Amino acid sequence: MARELISTGNELAAKAALDSDVQFFAGYPITPSSEVMHILSTALPARGDACIQMEDEISGIAAALGAAMSGKRALTATSGPGISLKAENLGVGYISELPLVVINVMRGGPSTGLPTRVAQGDLLQAKNPTHGDVKSITLVPGNLSECYTEVARAFNLADRFMQPVFVLLDETIGHMSGKASIPNLEEVQANKISRKKFEGDPKDYKPYGVGADEAAVLNPMFEGYRYHFTGLHHGPTGHPTEDAEICDALMKRLFNKVDAHTDELESNEEYMLDDADIMIIAYGSVSLGVTEAINRLRAEGIKVGMFRPKTIWPSPEKRIKELCDKFDKVLVTELNMGQFADEVQRASGRSDFDTLFKVNGRPLSPLEIIAKVKEM
Amino acid sequence: MAFNYDEYLRTDKMPTLWCWGCGDGVILKSIIRAIEKTGWSMDDVCVVSGIGCSGRTSSYINCNTVHTTHGRTLAFATGIKLANPEKKVIVVGGDGDGLAIGGNHTIHASRRNIDLNYIIINNFIYGLTNSQTSPTTPQGMWTVTMSKGNIDPTFDACKLVEAAGASFVARETMLDPKKLERILVKGFQHVGFSFIEVFSNCHVNLGRKNKMATAMANLDWIKSISVGKAKFEKLEPEEQVGKFPLGILKHDEDAQEYCLSYEKVKEANKTNTMVQF
Repeated sequence: MARELISTGNELAAKAALDSDVQFFAGYPITPSSEVMHILSTALPARGDACIQMEDEISGIAAALGAAMSGKRALTATSGPGISLKAENLGVGYISELPLVVINVMRGGPSTGLPTRVAQGDLLQAKNPTHGDVKSITLVPGNLSECYTEVARAFNLADRFMQPVFVLLDETIGHMSGKASIPNLEEVQANKISRKKFEGDPKDYKPYGVGADEAAVLNPMFEGYRYHFTGLHHGPTGHPTEDAEICDALMKRLFNKVDAHTDELESNEEYMLDDADIMIIAYGSVSLGVTEAINRLRAEGIKVGMFRPKTIWPSPEKRIKELCDKFDKVLVTELNMGQFADEVQRASGRSDFDTLFKVNGRPLSPLEIIAKVKEM
Repeated sequence: MAFNYDEYLRTDKMPTLWCWGCGDGVILKSIIRAIEKTGWSMDDVCVVSGIGCSGRTSSYINCNTVHTTHGRTLAFATGIKLANPEKKVIVVGGDGDGLAIGGNHTIHASRRNIDLNYIIINNFIYGLTNSQTSPTTPQGMWTVTMSKGNIDPTFDACKLVEAAGASFVARETMLDPKKLERILVKGFQHVGFSFIEVFSNCHVNLGRKNKMATAMANLDWIKSISVGKAKFEKLEPEEQVGKFPLGILKHDEDAQEYCLSYEKVKEANKTNTMVQF
């Protein structure tokens, strides 16, 4: 069963957080993401939870991580400059294994860039948002309905994999208003995955003493299971260590817990690829223009299809390779200077595909995409 | 009967990494005795600490503990407290952690008057990283980054947080652990932002090149700059220069506490009315 409503991407993201039982929001105002905080600032206290506007982006994520440490479902939302400032504390999220959903409504960069205009320039930032090695989980909604479903999925993945999960919206999809079809609340609730909890004797509790491809089991604070959070490398009880074997195992586990379970993460759309002669690779709001372009090109008899990752990190590298082996003509189009095109090149081993990049803060129109395809 | 610290410490983490003669251990024990006196259950207490020597405090206390990034203690603690308003949160950090890199959060946690208990262990230097200038390093002292003498004006953290809105402000030294314990108890019992600055020694990295290379010499200097509040107020302005008053400097029990105010926000949003002050 589904619900239909007229809404914007940012509003749908906030609604998904609420339907996913988010308990805490902390953040700092930034265009074009602020509407997420606006909605939660009334909706969360109305049901007895909390939303706080902090003094800066850094404290915004720190407070959200603090709530996550204490056992709450937590969210922060920002745009690229905010992620730059949150970078250090995102590292705490990865090494201390704290579930946190981070919504980045992308705008033009670098620096203050184009604050009210669209871009997809934070793809690589989401892949490696902090110093050191981390394994990013990043989702990119491609339409209004997915602004809801991908945020709901992000909460489940955060609790399943015990780490920050990015959802990359962009200014276009965040602010556009239109009809969205979203699952009923009962369905969202039925699919909810909560973080694991240790039920045994507190003396035997080792939150980080888990299998080589498993996520930490972090019980809520204040329930008698006392342990330690630190941004330092740590052993099974969370206490700092520089033991070479433990540090090595920790880092490898933080990667393996994701790499060994990509089947739970991968999510792609393949649109009219079966009989296509040309494949377009796109994601996020760009895929809306690509879909329209494909429909118009097919009306003219030009057979084009689209491959669209919804989980962009870890990238669907095997499927990209398979499809690039199959299609002679490939077009990668995105609102940056080729951040995902580089990934397509790495995954496919090809560099002879066509590209269409746009970085002036304007969306790609179907006409631009049609013109590019006709050149190929 | 002697106080049984073992109940409150993670004894398997001993010895601490602090230097021989460091004041941090004395302050750690004072915090533990004050928790016991206040009557809090350790399951209800969260200790949050920053980066620096004092940042290791949390790891030694047997409760819910958090070791954060440099300067961000109060921001993490704000999230923990607002999400669990009935629980008790103690924050411990150094002068560099809370007044330099984390200065913004010190101002805003004070402004909100959120019910956190913030203990700044002020040793006047970046001790862990070998003697760089901190915001509280006295003018004229040697540091490794100001080797001809620090030119920064001397800084008073208690004045900062008092002006910013903290409702409990106190200063003590580690020289009198019993007095420190009493002040900590008062701070812990106070509903609102409690700021307790504790002067402590770092004879290794402050004292070494400032003619106070032993713990006792460093502590003698701390004694020389510390004056009880009543006595301090009787000093002429020129006599107050370079000296700091000890004791409870502000205790406003009527100031609105953030989490209690936020309960009104919850009520107002449930009933779609404006918050009543």
